[in-house]
Amino acid sequence: MSAEAGQQHPLGIYYKIWTLLFVLSSFSYAVDYFNVQGGMRWGLVLLFMALKAGFIVAIFMHVVWERMALVLTILGPPIVLLVLIGLMSVEGFYTSQARYRYMGHDPNAVALTPSDLHGGEHGEEEEHAEEAH
Amino acid sequence: MSDAAISEPNSTLVEDWSADKQAYHVPWGKAMMWIFLVSDTFIFTSFLTGYLHVRLSTTEPWPLQSEIFALSFGGDPIPLILIAIMTFILITSSGTMALAVNFGYRRDKQKTFWFMAATAAFGASFVGMQVFEWSKLILEEGVRPWGNPFGASQFGSVFFMITGFHGLHVTAGVIYLLTVAFKVKKGHYDKKGYEIVEIAGLYWHFVDLVWVFIFAFFYLL
Repeated sequence: MSAEAGQQHPLGIYYKIWTLLFVLSSFSYAVDYFNVQGGMRWGLVLLFMALKAGFIVAIFMHVVWERMALVLTILGPPIVLLVLIGLMSVEGFYTSQARYRYMGHDPNAVALTPSDLHGGEHGEEEEHAEEAH
Repeated sequence: MSDAAISEPNSTLVEDWSADKQAYHVPWGKAMMWIFLVSDTFIFTSFLTGYLHVRLSTTEPWPLQSEIFALSFGGDPIPLILIAIMTFILITSSGTMALAVNFGYRRDKQKTFWFMAATAAFGASFVGMQVFEWSKLILEEGVRPWGNPFGASQFGSVFFMITGFHGLHVTAGVIYLLTVAFKVKKGHYDKKGYEIVEIAGLYWHFVDLVWVFIFAFFYLL
């Protein structure tokens, strides 16, 4: 059936998902614009990301309408990537902690911004970053 | 079991192993595109995981993306505005691509062509903005793959590698879409069927999908 007719669906669903993607992107950008920080920032950004990715894969890429054999071929293998991500998180965290603890790196170093470098009045922060280098 | 089968001339290794059963009930081009996209998922995830690892392990402060990618239109700089515009452009192009696929299956050649051309145009403008972003970072801010004036030197290598590889995908996608669009216009797929539009669409949506993750992990977090 699907081999001959292809993926044909009413246009309405595409318009709805399209609008939803715009709204979710605006929410993501709003998180940055209103300078939400900490756990709230991570939670919101990851939530909007997951929703957007889910709708693109499910509707725009037609995965919800595909047969289970193809769906599992697509979504199954990437699951092993979660293992890689988990291992590298543990390893990366361990490395930086070891550097702070045993190599005397400064855990409170502050990054510079373009306004610091192009004639901002934050001379103090500039000195701070010089130390970090 | 049967000795006759073994002595037959066509009894090859492949035949012994094949059950002559089709696993994926989709056109072969679509199955191949999906397998390519799954392999591409591994490449991009490896890049992003590499980024995760250097960002976690470095003790230098990570540069503040929100301020580095701010842009001023006369007044105060608006944080991350260029990246937000690029995100919206890519989503718009994803929508026009979805419509092109739909009109392809309706065999509406004119609309399919124009929606694909619009998708390619949005893609090209995305690449144009990326060129602007790169040249601003390289020439004005002095960001290099081996260092930058703001903080952790890995910022540059991660930025150029990940956004560069994604930009390369967008560029390839624009060429691919235009090729298919002009073939659609010429009636090249009237007999073959319009699955090719959906297959090209899968690639394009994937490029948008990758950007969703880059936008979240590299620019927002």
